[in-house]
Amino acid sequence: MSNAPLLEVKNLKKYFNTPRGLLHAVDDVTFTLERGKTLGVVGESGCGKSTTGRSILRLLEPTGGEVLFEGQDITKLSKEEMRAKRKDMQIIFQDPYSSINPRKTVGQIIADPLEINNIITDKTQKEKRVRELMEIVGLADRLYGTYPHELDGGRRQRIGIARALALEPKFIVCDEPVSALDVSIQAQILNLLNQLQKDMGLTYMFITHDLSVVNHFSDDIAVMYLGRLIEKAPAEELFANPTHPYTQALLSAIPIPQLHNRRERILLKGEITSPINPPKACRFAQRCPYATDRCRSEEPGLKEIKPGHFVACFLTDN
Amino acid sequence: MSANTTNAVDIKNLSVEFRTDSGIVKALNNLDLSIAHGRTLGLVGETGAGKTTTGLSLLRLIPSPPGVITSGEIFLDGKDVLTMSEKEMQSLRGKYVAMIFQDPMTSLDPVMTVEDQIAEVIALHEEGTHQDAINHAREMLELVGIPGARGNEYPHQFSGGMKQRVVIAMALACNPKLLIADEPTTALDVTIQAQVLEMMKGLREKYDTSMLMITHDLGIVAEICDEVSIIYAGHVIEHGNLVDVFENTKHPYTEGLFNSLPNIEDRQAELKPIKGLMPDPTNLPEGCAFCDRCDYAKDICFKQKPARTWRNETHYVECHLYNEKNIGEKVIGR
Repeated sequence: MSNAPLLEVKNLKKYFNTPRGLLHAVDDVTFTLERGKTLGVVGESGCGKSTTGRSILRLLEPTGGEVLFEGQDITKLSKEEMRAKRKDMQIIFQDPYSSINPRKTVGQIIADPLEINNIITDKTQKEKRVRELMEIVGLADRLYGTYPHELDGGRRQRIGIARALALEPKFIVCDEPVSALDVSIQAQILNLLNQLQKDMGLTYMFITHDLSVVNHFSDDIAVMYLGRLIEKAPAEELFANPTHPYTQALLSAIPIPQLHNRRERILLKGEITSPINPPKACRFAQRCPYATDRCRSEEPGLKEIKPGHFVACFLTDN
Repeated sequence: MSANTTNAVDIKNLSVEFRTDSGIVKALNNLDLSIAHGRTLGLVGETGAGKTTTGLSLLRLIPSPPGVITSGEIFLDGKDVLTMSEKEMQSLRGKYVAMIFQDPMTSLDPVMTVEDQIAEVIALHEEGTHQDAINHAREMLELVGIPGARGNEYPHQFSGGMKQRVVIAMALACNPKLLIADEPTTALDVTIQAQVLEMMKGLREKYDTSMLMITHDLGIVAEICDEVSIIYAGHVIEHGNLVDVFENTKHPYTEGLFNSLPNIEDRQAELKPIKGLMPDPTNLPEGCAFCDRCDYAKDICFKQKPARTWRNETHYVECHLYNEKNIGEKVIGR
């Protein structure tokens, strides 16, 4: 197809009604994602990164904005059309313990999407395809008839990956796919996802709170804070020149398993404020060491300070 | 400090098993561990390695049944924990040794105000009226950066980071000499984790507390610990100070842990995961517990448990690759 980006998200909004007011989970998020690339989305709990991923797939209905997938605005699709579209857009969930049905065997779980979408109806063909998928993600053939509770977290996550791959999608939202795993297993899964991307030309949106993982994995990184996208840049650029004060603090807070070259830590005061009825101001202003009166009365928009490097902060004006 | 003939903690040859319907789970196998007064030891390992069991056995809190201590000795400040009466043990818990549990969301009582929960610990160990205990509890909250006036609130009114600070305040309330911190920051976001670690460092210096830091994160070890023990299948396989373990890594498993971590400075570097999985604790191999996953395994590794080789006075490794002659220079690829 064309050279257009695979995914364009424009002014995406997702608000939730709560007894205490409107919760702005995702507020005016805009970005593009090129075919075959990985966008890492980082932020702390409650910043709206998972909600962004789910709103893009319309697992949650966006409150506003557009999601252009291959040039087509999928927020306007009917339920039926959307279901067909989801063959191209899949998700891998965070928790390999609760995201697969404990009463189905590994074979059945992976066959589910093939059945639901009537991809393969012939029984032997289906089994052949499932075993093929198991091989791709590194699940031993003998596990075909086992149940999830017999398997460890790493293997369960491989089931989730095989299930997502079953429909040969173009785009996968990986929602914290390795957070629940031990480091040695985490590395196995990251390498697998990397290999699959190379082999199949997949495009990933990789949601995580672990900055060293996102750095390893992504072409571009987007940093979110309280529903806002506050900085986006190529991974190397972001780590070399973090510009938003929150990004700087976030990067400095990563514990590094090294004794030398330790970096100066920027300690933030306070904690994330409530996303319910947020004031018209920079949402980071309360914790920001550089906040001015302007930051407390106006909301900064995303600006391109260098080719590909976007920041939403008034400090970049000077 | 008085004469340092005793350590804050000495665990010798400890074995713990859980006797379950589906077999005997060997959680700890001849574990040795010691912490000198005022020092912080990092205990690092993966899920199921026996880290939490080690922490619980220090407090004699292993659920029994099914848990049974089958061999070994545990000394806290020179006192033999395993021969104490339950009453003596109770006076020790919270007073000499306190534990911070991993999950602040579940280790607080949801129907009690936080100051009452902290005061409960104080009332158990110190004389005074209820009001004294409440006042002390509020001081503890201030110490961890929570306004004392918020003491009459309930846990659900606090964020995750604040709840963890309440748990820390509770653990520190009776000024324990030894603090066991079981993954104290795993449930927290990085910027909050940085705040909590910084606070723990400050408090440790102020009160000269010894600490057992249970974690899976080598970054946190580099941040806050003096020494580190790497635990695998319930046994310490490498131990040393930070320079020993981080810069003269000897055990292939420790090496594997480092290689599995994404390098923040070199994003092109390939991750080298450790192949395979932890051995089944109901059916541990006869030889080295790591042999099935080890790239360097030789015949002997499958048959015989490796002995301890000391590289210097502080650093030892248990691996057949090393002997007294080659431990000084032999380096495995990193």
